[in-house]
Amino acid sequence: MAKRHTDPLGLHSVLEDWMLPVLVAAMSFLAALAVAGALASTVLAAQWQNDTAAALTIQVPQPGAPDATGNATRLAAVQAALQTMPGVSSPRLLSADALNRLLAPWLGTDAAALGLPLPAVITATWNGPGPGDAIAAALNKPAPGTLAQTGVQWAARVTALTGSLQTCAAAVLVIVALVGGALVALATRAGLAQRRETIEIIHGLGAQDGDIASRFASRATALAVTGAAAGALLALPVLLWLAALAAPFSGPPQLSGLQHGLAGLPPALWTALPCLPLAAAVIGWSSAQLTVRGWLRKLV
Amino acid sequence: MIRFDDVWLKYRHQDRGPGALARDVLRGVDFKIPEGGFRWLTGPSGAGKTTLLKLIYLAEHPTQGRIDIMGTHAARISRRDAALLRRRIGVVYQDFRLLAHLSAYDNVALPMRLARRAEHQVHADVTEILRWVGLANRLGALPDELSGGEQQRVAIARAVVGRPKLLVADEPTGNLDDEQAGRLMTLITALNRLGTTVIVATHNHALVSAYPAPLLEMAEGRLTAHG
Repeated sequence: MAKRHTDPLGLHSVLEDWMLPVLVAAMSFLAALAVAGALASTVLAAQWQNDTAAALTIQVPQPGAPDATGNATRLAAVQAALQTMPGVSSPRLLSADALNRLLAPWLGTDAAALGLPLPAVITATWNGPGPGDAIAAALNKPAPGTLAQTGVQWAARVTALTGSLQTCAAAVLVIVALVGGALVALATRAGLAQRRETIEIIHGLGAQDGDIASRFASRATALAVTGAAAGALLALPVLLWLAALAAPFSGPPQLSGLQHGLAGLPPALWTALPCLPLAAAVIGWSSAQLTVRGWLRKLV
Repeated sequence: MIRFDDVWLKYRHQDRGPGALARDVLRGVDFKIPEGGFRWLTGPSGAGKTTLLKLIYLAEHPTQGRIDIMGTHAARISRRDAALLRRRIGVVYQDFRLLAHLSAYDNVALPMRLARRAEHQVHADVTEILRWVGLANRLGALPDELSGGEQQRVAIARAVVGRPKLLVADEPTGNLDDEQAGRLMTLITALNRLGTTVIVATHNHALVSAYPAPLLEMAEGRLTAHG
């Protein structure tokens, strides 16, 4: 018995076996980087927002001067006020050494020796609602000129930056999807042109448009999935390397380089990367189907 | 079964822009062939025989007029139904139109596989028809490995393997010797006796004389005789 020929359109020799997967692999590689960038920026932004928004810094000028009541120093009055203030916890007065280290880039290693009227600096954790403007107002009563600053405004900027990065990543993904679809369409059109006579014969023998389109789509999908899987796999070591570079900002400090990379990759990425071949399958199938069905419309 | 009602066809000139029409290839063709009928289609080269056959097997649309094939108005048929109708029409093309990368067996099996027949039935019918046309020992040969006559026999086998309700043949004996032509005509007349409507275009007057049947005679795009 003659062996059944499963590819009557001869697509193995028509749709280039290497060109389409290689180009789709490049698209998939870019998509993997974009997805990883979007996910990493989300994770890092969440961490930074929590840390930044909770940071409260208070500067008390002339800390040794008497407060408004004249019963204590301004610093003591502010410290006492902070102990009872809602939303404020863990107030800690920076030591002279710590203050020197903070000012060293501008004033050298011994700022106190310059005789400048340096303020006392208190750090605390802010858990209250809003940007904490009321803190400065409350502290100015016992100690006029006291400044209080929370990280809320910085957190808002981080949020805006994250949103921009995610928008860019989404734009990259859309472009990659469109280019991927166009690549499949071009490859399919080339295949149609090469197999025009074959298709006309099969069409004349009673093949439905769907029969012909499905054969092209199956082949295009297989090639696209192969390319996308290869691209995602190739992106993985690059992502691990980038995650290792970003580890000081995201992972536990005691891990080795590879462990840093693995720990630094956003968990959602392990779900997103396998989705790239699936997305390529959907794009490849639909693009090939649309291309072939549109082309077949020209036949009677 | 087949009805042409004032059918005209003009081919478009591709190089003269959209809508530009060439001369009329068919001019007001009218005829009917009843179910189970047999017609010879004759006429000089360029008379319009192949074009008329293309209209019958739904490879062209008329510019004007109405065509009914097996009770279906050809111009109003959906693409899906057109494909299903084509499966009931066996066509022997003048240039064979075999798929070069498929074996003789796979070429003949193609219409049955497109109709999603069971593979055991495909095997039985394909081997039987290829044996009938004298190609039982050439099942695995590619078209390039076959002579012109053998290719024509594969094309004939492909046209009849699905037991079509309508058989359209364009010069089916052109590359066959007398013996093979005789076997082919025996096959075609047998199909016709079983109810298949047949229309055969030919220049072979001896063949027409040997198998008497009504004539459709064409000249310059017109039907000049309808017997």
